[in-house]
This record gives sequence, C-alpha cells and structure tokens, in this order.
Amino acid sequence: MGVHVRSTVNGDAVEFTCPEDEVLLDVLRNRLGLTGAKEGCGTGDCGACSVILDGRLVCSCLVLGAEMDGKVVETIEGMADGAKLHPLQQHFIDGAALQCGVCTPGFLMAADALLRKNPDPTEEEIRFGLAGNLCRCTGYDKIVRAVQAAAKEMRG
Amino acid sequence: MSLDSMNPALVEKHFKVIGTRVARPDGVDKVTGRARYGADAAMPGQLVGLVLRSPHAHAQIVKIDISKAVKLAGVKAVITSADFPDHTQGDRGMMDILENCMARGKALYDGHAVAAVAAIDAATARKALKLINVTYKILPHVTDVDEALQIHAPVLHPHIYTEGLSEKPTAASNWNKHGEYGHGDVDAGFKEADMVISRSYKTEQTHQGYIEPHSALASVSPDGSAEMFVCTQGHFVYRNQCATLLGLDANKLRVTASEIGGGFGGKTHVWAEPLALALSRKANRPVKLTMSREEVFRCTGPTSSTSIDVKIGAKKDGTITAAWAELRYQGGCFPSNWAELGAMTAFACYDLKNVKTVSKDAVVNRPKTAAYRAPSAPMAAFAVENTIDEVAKAIGMDPIDFRIKNAAKQGTKSSYGPVYGPIGIGPTLEAAKNHPHMKAPLGKNMGRGMACGFWFNFGGQTCVDVNVTPDGNVTIAQGTIDVGGSRASIAMAVAEELGVTYNQVRSIIADTSSLGHNDMTDGSRGTFSTSKAAIFAARNAITVLRDRAAKIWEIPASEVEWRDGAAHAKGVNHGNRTPLSLKEIAAQAGQTGGPIAGHAETVADNAGVSFATHIADVETDPETGRSLIKRYTVIQDAGKAMHPSYVEGQYQGGAAQGIGWALNEEYVYGKDGRLQNAAFLDYRIPVCSDLPFIDTQILEIPNPNHPYGVRGVGETSIVPPLAAVSIAVTNATGVRQTHIPMSPPRVLKSLKTKKK
Amino acid sequence: MRYEMPTTAKAAAGLLAKEKGRAFVLAGGTDLLVKMKAGVVEPDLIVDIKAIKGMKDIKKSAGGFVIGAAVPCVALSENAALTKAWPGVVEAANLIGSKQVQGRCTMSGNLCNASPAADSVPALIAAGAKVSIISAKGSRKVAVEDVTTGVGRTSLKKGEFVTAIELPAKKPKSGDAYLRFIPRTEMDIAVVSCAVNVSLDAKGMITKARVVLGAVAITALLVKDAASAIVGTKLDDAAKAKLAAACSAACKPIDDKRGTVEFRTEVAGVLARRAAEIAYARAGGKQ
Ligand SMILES: Cc1cc2nc3c(=O)[nH]c(=O)nc-3n(C[C@H](O)[C@H](O)[C@H](O)COP(=O)(O)OP(=O)(O)OC[C@H]3O[C@@H](n4cnc5c(N)ncnc54)[C@H](O)[C@@H]3O)c2cc1C
Ligand code: FES
Ligand code: FES
Repeated sequence: MGVHVRSTVNGDAVEFTCPEDEVLLDVLRNRLGLTGAKEGCGTGDCGACSVILDGRLVCSCLVLGAEMDGKVVETIEGMADGAKLHPLQQHFIDGAALQCGVCTPGFLMAADALLRKNPDPTEEEIRFGLAGNLCRCTGYDKIVRAVQAAAKEMRG
Repeated sequence: MSLDSMNPALVEKHFKVIGTRVARPDGVDKVTGRARYGADAAMPGQLVGLVLRSPHAHAQIVKIDISKAVKLAGVKAVITSADFPDHTQGDRGMMDILENCMARGKALYDGHAVAAVAAIDAATARKALKLINVTYKILPHVTDVDEALQIHAPVLHPHIYTEGLSEKPTAASNWNKHGEYGHGDVDAGFKEADMVISRSYKTEQTHQGYIEPHSALASVSPDGSAEMFVCTQGHFVYRNQCATLLGLDANKLRVTASEIGGGFGGKTHVWAEPLALALSRKANRPVKLTMSREEVFRCTGPTSSTSIDVKIGAKKDGTITAAWAELRYQGGCFPSNWAELGAMTAFACYDLKNVKTVSKDAVVNRPKTAAYRAPSAPMAAFAVENTIDEVAKAIGMDPIDFRIKNAAKQGTKSSYGPVYGPIGIGPTLEAAKNHPHMKAPLGKNMGRGMACGFWFNFGGQTCVDVNVTPDGNVTIAQGTIDVGGSRASIAMAVAEELGVTYNQVRSIIADTSSLGHNDMTDGSRGTFSTSKAAIFAARNAITVLRDRAAKIWEIPASEVEWRDGAAHAKGVNHGNRTPLSLKEIAAQAGQTGGPIAGHAETVADNAGVSFATHIADVETDPETGRSLIKRYTVIQDAGKAMHPSYVEGQYQGGAAQGIGWALNEEYVYGKDGRLQNAAFLDYRIPVCSDLPFIDTQILEIPNPNHPYGVRGVGETSIVPPLAAVSIAVTNATGVRQTHIPMSPPRVLKSLKTKKK
Repeated sequence: MRYEMPTTAKAAAGLLAKEKGRAFVLAGGTDLLVKMKAGVVEPDLIVDIKAIKGMKDIKKSAGGFVIGAAVPCVALSENAALTKAWPGVVEAANLIGSKQVQGRCTMSGNLCNASPAADSVPALIAAGAKVSIISAKGSRKVAVEDVTTGVGRTSLKKGEFVTAIELPAKKPKSGDAYLRFIPRTEMDIAVVSCAVNVSLDAKGMITKARVVLGAVAITALLVKDAASAIVGTKLDDAAKAKLAAACSAACKPIDDKRGTVEFRTEVAGVLARRAAEIAYARAGGKQ
C-alpha cells in the first residue's frame, strides 16, 4: 500500500510515500515537517491550509498527496527570501494584521496569489480574493489594509 | 498607596513606550509558519487519539462493547467512563466537567463522547471506532430553552432542583437557577410613566468559531509524572482540572501552552484533554488528540440561546421611570448561570431609579456551553437596547439623546448593585453623537442603528517574573495566555518601568511548573491583570537594581534613584557620580549579590467596567431579506490603550463576531435533536467580503485601579452589535426585529407581517 | 483504496469498468475529498482524470466550445472568448466556493456530484449545453438536464464518465445570466438559484427563452412555463410578474438548514426576474 511521490516543495526536491487517501495537508504537516499550513476544517471551508500548487492557490486539505508527482508546491515556509521577509509578511506584522495568527499563513498565501494575478487590486477585489480564508479575530480590517500597503510597496 | 501615586496616568501622561505601536515578539514566527499551535507538535512514539460520540440527543447508554476494537492490530488503548473513577470529592461542577468529557450512563447531547481510542495511525483509530458497539435506549429530548422550562418537558437530571428560590421546589426540573437583581419599586415606576413598551425577544445559539480546533498532546509516564502540550486560554486551569479529574498530583503534570489559534472563551475548560491523558496513561505512550471541525461545533462549548422579555417605562421628558426584564438562557446539558450574568448586565448602561431583572437558567440537550466574549451580555443588550430605541421613538425623542439623558455616570448605583467609579458610557455616547458617521446620508433600503454595551471585566490571580540577563537585557515569564499580542504589551509595560527600550525586553509564556498559578485569559483580564503584575514585578526589580548600584557605589540605597534606565545617585554627597546603566549593574551582578529579578503575585481586582457605543449602517433587500453591513463604527473606553493597534484589533474583532451573530450565525437543530450545520460552510461566520472597514475610536478614561489606567478591552466590543445591527435593520425595513440572527428567511417573514 | 492516473480516456474507462468495488472519478476533488473525509464515501478505486490528454483544454470551434472535464473553473474566466459568449455560465462556475476551490473544481464534477444546489448546472442547462460521455464500449452525448436524476444520482452507467461539456455557439442577440441567493457574499451553497438564457429579434422581442431553477427540487428544473411567460414580450413588468409567478409555482423545495419552503418559493421568483433583466440586457434588449 502507499504511493511513492516526487515533487518540488519550496524549491526543494522531495520524495515521500503516503497512503492513497492521504491529503497534501497531512503530507506537508506529518511527513515533510511543514506545519505552517493549518487544518482549520479539513473540508475546504476556512483556507488555513492554503498553498500554491503549480501556480494556483488551492486548499491543501482538498488535494491528495498521491496527485503530487511532478508537481510544484509553495508553502508559507518558502515565502520569505532567507532572512528577508516578503513585503506581505512585513506589512502583516507592522499593520497588526494578525491576532492569534492561526489564519495568517493561509491569508499570506492567498494574498500572494492574488497580487501575482492582480498587482493593483481594489478593496473589493481584495475582499473577494480573500473570501476563502476565514479569520475570527480581526474582522479583516487590518488584513485588507496590510495587503493594500504591501501591494503598494511591491508596485514600487 | 494613594490613588494618585498608584496611577501616574491621572497625574502625568508622559509615556515613552506605552501607547506606541511596536512589533510583537511572536510576529515573525507567525508570518513564516514557524509558530507552534496545538496540533503542530509531536512526541516520539505518539499515537493518534479519536473519540466516539453519541448520535443521539438524549439516550441511556445500556452497554458499550469494546472487545472487538481492543483486538484490532495497532490499537493501543480504548477508554470509556469506566476509566474515569470519580476523584472529584463531591465537587459538582468538576463532576459535570468530567461527565461532559465522557458520558456516564447517559448521553446528554448529539456529540457527547462515549468512548475513545488510541492507535498507531488515524486510519486504524477510525476503524477501531467503528468496532465499538454501543447500545442506546433513546430518551425524549428538549433543545429549546422555553420548552425546557415547561412542566411536561423531559427532565435531564433527577438531581437538579431550582436554586435561588425562597422555597425548595418539590420536583426536579430543567430550571437550575433563579436570580433577581435591581433596586427601587418597578411597579410604582411604571405607574409614573407616560409610555410603557413591552417586547419579547429570542436569540439563537452561536459558537466562538475560533479557527484552530482543540488539540492536546499528552504523555503520562508509569511513575505518574505527565506532560501536556495544548492550546488553551489557561494552561494552569487545564492543569488543575486535569489533575483533579485524573487523580494526578498537580505538581507532576506539566502543561505547556501552545500558541493559541483563537478561543474567545471556548478554550476555558477541558474537553478532550482528560481523554488524551487517560489514553496515554492506558497505552503508556504519548497520545495526540485533535478535534475535527465537526467535533468543535458539535461537542465543545457554544454560547446560550435565549428568550428575553423586556418592559421599559418613560416620561415624556425622556426620564426612564422603570425597567424590568426576565431573561431565560440555556446553558447546555449542565447547570450554568448565564442568565444570571445576562440579568446583571442588562441595564448596566443606565442610571435607573427603579429596575428589576429576573433570570432563569435552564439545562437542555445541547453541548455544555462555555463563555463567549462578554458571555450573556450581547443577548441582554439586544433585547434592552431595542426596547430603549422603541421607547425613545414612541415619546418622540432622538434615541441617542434619550440614552445620554439616562446614561449611568460616576456615582450611579448600577442595576446589579455596585456604585460606579469613573466610567465611559456618557463619553462614548457623546462621541457617537458627534461622529461624522451619525450625519452621513443613507442610501436606498438602508437604516442606521446605534446601541450601547457594558462588560464587567475581571482581574484575578496573576504572577509574573522579571529577570535581568547578564548582558543587561530583560526577560519576562508570564502565565496568562497571549491571545492577541499581550506579550508585546507586557514587555512594553516593563520597558516603561525600567526606562529601557522595548527591544531590550522579551516576554514568554511560562509552563505550569515554572510559575505560580495564573487564572486564564478571559474576562478581558489578560493585559489588564498581567501588566499590573508585571509593573509591580518591574518595580521590585528596580528596588534590587537600586540596592546593587548602592553596593557598587558603597552608599545607602536611599540615596539612589532609578530613572531613564539607570541608577542615579542623589543628594549633595553623591550627586556628581556618573549614572550606572542597567547593563553596567547587570554585568556586576555576580559580585553584588547574584541574579537580578523582580517578582509579583497579585489578585488584580477592580478591572474597571467598560462601555462602548456602536453605530451600524445596514442595507436590507426588501425582496430577499438579506442584509449587508455598509458602515460600522466602534467607540469604546480603553482606560489607557497600551498598544493602540491591538486595542483597535479587539474592537474590530468583537464587532465582526457580533455582526455575524446578528445576521447569520446560528446552531440549527433538527427535530431529532441533532445539530445540522456543524461546518463553516453552513455555520456562517462573516467572510472578508461581508464586511466594510470597521472604524474605531478609542476613548481613554483612566481606570483608577491600574497604575497606567488600563481597563480590559477584549470583550465589550461584542456586546452592542446585535442591538445596533438589529435596530439598523428595523430602521431599514420599518419592522422591529426581535429574533437573532436576522437571517434572510426570518427577515423576509417579518416583512410579511408589515404588509398585512 | 487504489489511486490511478491514466493518460488516456480509454484507459480510464477500462479501469472504471473493471473495478469490482466502488470506483470514483477524481476531477478537482472538492466534493469527493470532502465526502471521503466525512466517511460518506469509501472508494476502492480513484481514477484521476487530470492527466488525460486534452482533458484540461478549452477548445473553440464553429459549433461552440468544448470544455474538458478536468478544466478548473478559474480557467473558464481566464478565457476571454468563452466569457464573452457565455457570461452567465462563466459567472455561475466562478461562484463555486472560494478562489482556492476555483483552482480545482470543475463543471463536470459539479454536474456529476448531482447536488440540487450545484451552481453551474442551471446555467449550463439554460445555455443548452451537452455532455460527452465515454465508456469502454464507446461514447455518447446527452443534454445536461438529462444527467442528474436525483440527489447524488446521475444517469451515468457503471464504467461511464464525462469527458467534456459542450456549449453551443452563441446566437446573435442572445444573452444569459445566473443568479443565486446566499446569505453571505461568498462561501455559501445556493439556497435558491436561477439561470436565464434569451434570444431576441431585431425589435428586442424575446423569441426564445430557457429558464432554469436550482435548489428548489431534487434536480435543477427547466421551467417551460416560465419561458413562455416572457417569450413574445420585451420583458415588460407584466411579463416579469408572470415569469416570477411561474417560477414560484414550479418550485418543489424542502425546509432545511439553508432555507425554508416559503422563502425558496418566493425568492425563486425574485431571482428569475432579476436574472431575466440581466440576460435581456446582455442580449442587447433595452427596457
Ligand atoms: C468550500 C467549498 C465550497 C463549495 N461551494 C460550492 C458552491 O458555491 N457551489 C457549488 O455548486 N458547489 C460548491 N462546492 C462543491 C464543489 O466544489 C463543486 O460541486 C465542484 O464543482 C465539484 O467539482 P470537482 O471537480 O471538484 O468534483 P470532484 O470532487 O472531483 O467530483 C465530484 C463527483 O463527481 C464525480 N465526477 C467528477 N468528474 C467526473 C466526470 N468527469 N465524470 C463522471 N463523474 C465525475 C466524482 O466521482 C465525484 O463523485 C463547494 C465545495 C467546497 C469544498
Ligand atoms: S483546512 Fe483546508 S480549508 Fe480549512
Ligand atoms: S488572527 Fe486569529 S483567526 Fe485570524
């Protein structure tokens, strides 16, 4: 039993074997030691497990590990450039866009995916772009503002 | 200590660190995925724990057959209530917690735990659960609070006789507690009134909705020592409860708190933790037990659903002559006093001559409730503020002026007893009246509502260690959980006291074996009480620092004063000495008496009551009943905002939760007593696109009982939204909204009554 | 459980036909994996169709568009020609879930999952879309409305699966629209929904219409009476009132956690009217 999979995670070649029905989130957390993606629901409803898979934002709880062969995955652990934080990460800290922070990795991945597609989003585009990520602490106010600030900085 | 000397905020306002917006110490870890939450840790050889739960709302457990599950390869332990002998020594509250963790003889709600397994992996554990055979005898159930209080309702517990009545009732019932508060003569007051309005209201059950499910990693050794890594709002409380329930010595159970992914009251007592420990004890290996989202909704502690009647009378000139309310709350399947708490808060915003509140607490076949941010107050405020709004309009007065006229002030005897000190209800109302939001034009199908809210705030037991490192920096060990940046605020307070920079001070959450008992982070006490203890601890460290400087200089300590982060010699004899910095004193600690530290242990009472006024603009589609929040403003007294961004964050987060409650969040039970919407897709908390920016205005009316004037700020912000949003929808539609949440079907139905 | 990722449709059909246990096609997995997590389905075999050649393509032909069964919904909105021709269908497909779900979910999966509340299905039916079905024995085409037969049930036989959805070429002076009712602004399952597709003559008179309701019966409903209510009109108020009444009359909803019979019946009419207005305007009609 189990499938053998080779893929690229945050630029590193990884190999793992997992049961056929194991989801990517569990592979990342339990096999690859990448616990940055969180399980808030396991059913696609909260976005805490968001990662970027072959350039597309997905819920890693709704992808099988078995599907990963030859695929490229980006997670929160790969977002900063070494010691230098990504502008989104920096603005989340500076703008107090996190309280408990458990939703933060998912929001950062979703915001990153949004800005790659649309570097100058309106407030409404940000709000709908992040609607798949639940945050219970902040009321989203400071999250939206942090994304706006980061987008502005990234546009230069 | 006189008030003024304890409270420099009242005499001087020159803070250097307090009030700035520094970066939190856990920020980088949290934006890079490094921070460890409840489910993020692992121990060697750990097993996976899973729980079997009752599919019935109310059932006798006739038999549990675990024999097949035990035999399955890979299963290391199976437990039932038989593994939890009663160690509670007659403490009924603890017994209820134990029975809630694992059903004893009877399943009291859909989701009640009946057995648990530990196995080598999740797949094996899932298989094992299916092999456990439970024989139930289904009993009649009741989930509605008003129905539970009827005489013919199925009785949950034969031992519950209503508490708080002058005579003990003759029969057991679901009505566990009766309470009364107030003063004056309400009957006489109503006779004086020109206008009396009575209304009945209902609110449905909601959940705190924290994004991180409960998770515990427990390891019990054969010698009786144990450790647990867990997400909690109070690891000392979890330690104490688990030790009691499992018959362990508290000193041998070391609990380390993970970073916490939200709690809002929902992580204040134990659910799965005793099960994880019992499984580990039986399997003799570490066990990790993480709840699924479905379990979080079905089996943790949501808040009460309620049914409330309010009657208010006023004179034409706007004076309230009498106010009365009866509040009925269900606390889930075990006794609670939520209605009583609601009754205490109901009229707390007002200065009333004649006031009376009656509370009835009831048990029903739903999960044992837990606190949810200012527990009980939002529902009471919803009912009272709507009636206030209606009375004001009926006598032709602007609702805001009506509130200002009747607002409580310093010296007012509150409706629940105490006399108020300096308070912020009047100022928040005045600020709301002058806020540009109040004057902004409204579009089609829109309405504006404003409402007030109150919360007590708590202090409680706290202790803090401040240690000076040999290189002249400072560490703090605190024992209250940081739910939203309090480590930063505590470090700010200590930096302020010591006169050093924020970057020189770091605070961590110590485990239960490293610090004395601390109450949990609830009741808005986290920053209030911990900063108070930290300030005292820092002052104690300063005493040591002055002593050490005196030793180095060989002068009396009384000739040394501490300012700007250094010891200064004073007086004619020594005044010309070069000051000794913290760094210089620390470097010589080994020669002057050893490590430099300050400690403080306190019961931080008088947390300072808190008030807020909110303004909401809502657009309601008359054809579908759907409401959208268009603009929202929070005005609240913080006493002193130590870190304004985090205070704003509390205001915004509480408002958003209240908005969700007002509009769409509710537990939906079927006729079979089972919860139908145990998922985020159908338990509808606000998503990003549901909300506008939430404006905040921080008022600072110093709390005389805190050295900097700080009040708790975490909870009050959830109190007014149910009322403010429902009044806005009432104004948008012309129909008084009396049932929360105002889901589209409910609002559309209410509009029909208008058309008729 | 076994996991297979064949590279041809034939191989996939062969795997599905041969399997003795419970075999499931995996497209985006946004329904299937949720059901597996809940323990509602326990597959013996999963056949992932995403590696099959052509399955992720959107092809434009003289006859319209052929949308491969593994095309994630987000890719539909990235296709300008498709969005221009069938805005209602693309909007409907892009209402499914969140951006995260969009990156994975497919219209074929939405259809084969056979939920009465599926968002893309009413829009596809209104558009007159067909599905291509393949099995080891050959292939066939059926209208979308003939696929779902009940809650979670389809007319697909064992060993069959959908390879593509075909949208017809857009007719001149036609337009489609889809609206759903949800209590929030995102991340909800439709409580009731309506798709409308209209064609107009030179004067703006509706010559043809298809009106489809979702979430008010065990499958999406193609409501002929609702279409007749607006054909031959310029969508005047009387026609809209008749349309709304016909839609409300056609509803056979249930009370559940998402809404009541009363609410669904009433709002079906409201949405039909609003969707018709959008479709009519898109067709170039002026009110
Ligand atoms: C958070 C969340 C939100 C959602 N919101 C919505 C929403 O707003 N509206 C909505 O309509 N749905 C919603 N859904 C449900 C789901 O996303 C959609 O139904 C989606 O379109 C399913 O597509 P899929 O490719 O992911 O299907 P899969 O999960 O891959 O498949 C679904 C079912 O269809 C079968 N199947 C798939 N492809 C084929 C094929 N080619 N031939 C034969 N059988 C096949 C599978 O075996 C399975 O039984 C939501 C789901 C989640 C998790
Ligand atoms: S854990 Fe994947 S969306 Fe919630
Ligand atoms: S910061 Fe706690 S859930 Fe978002």
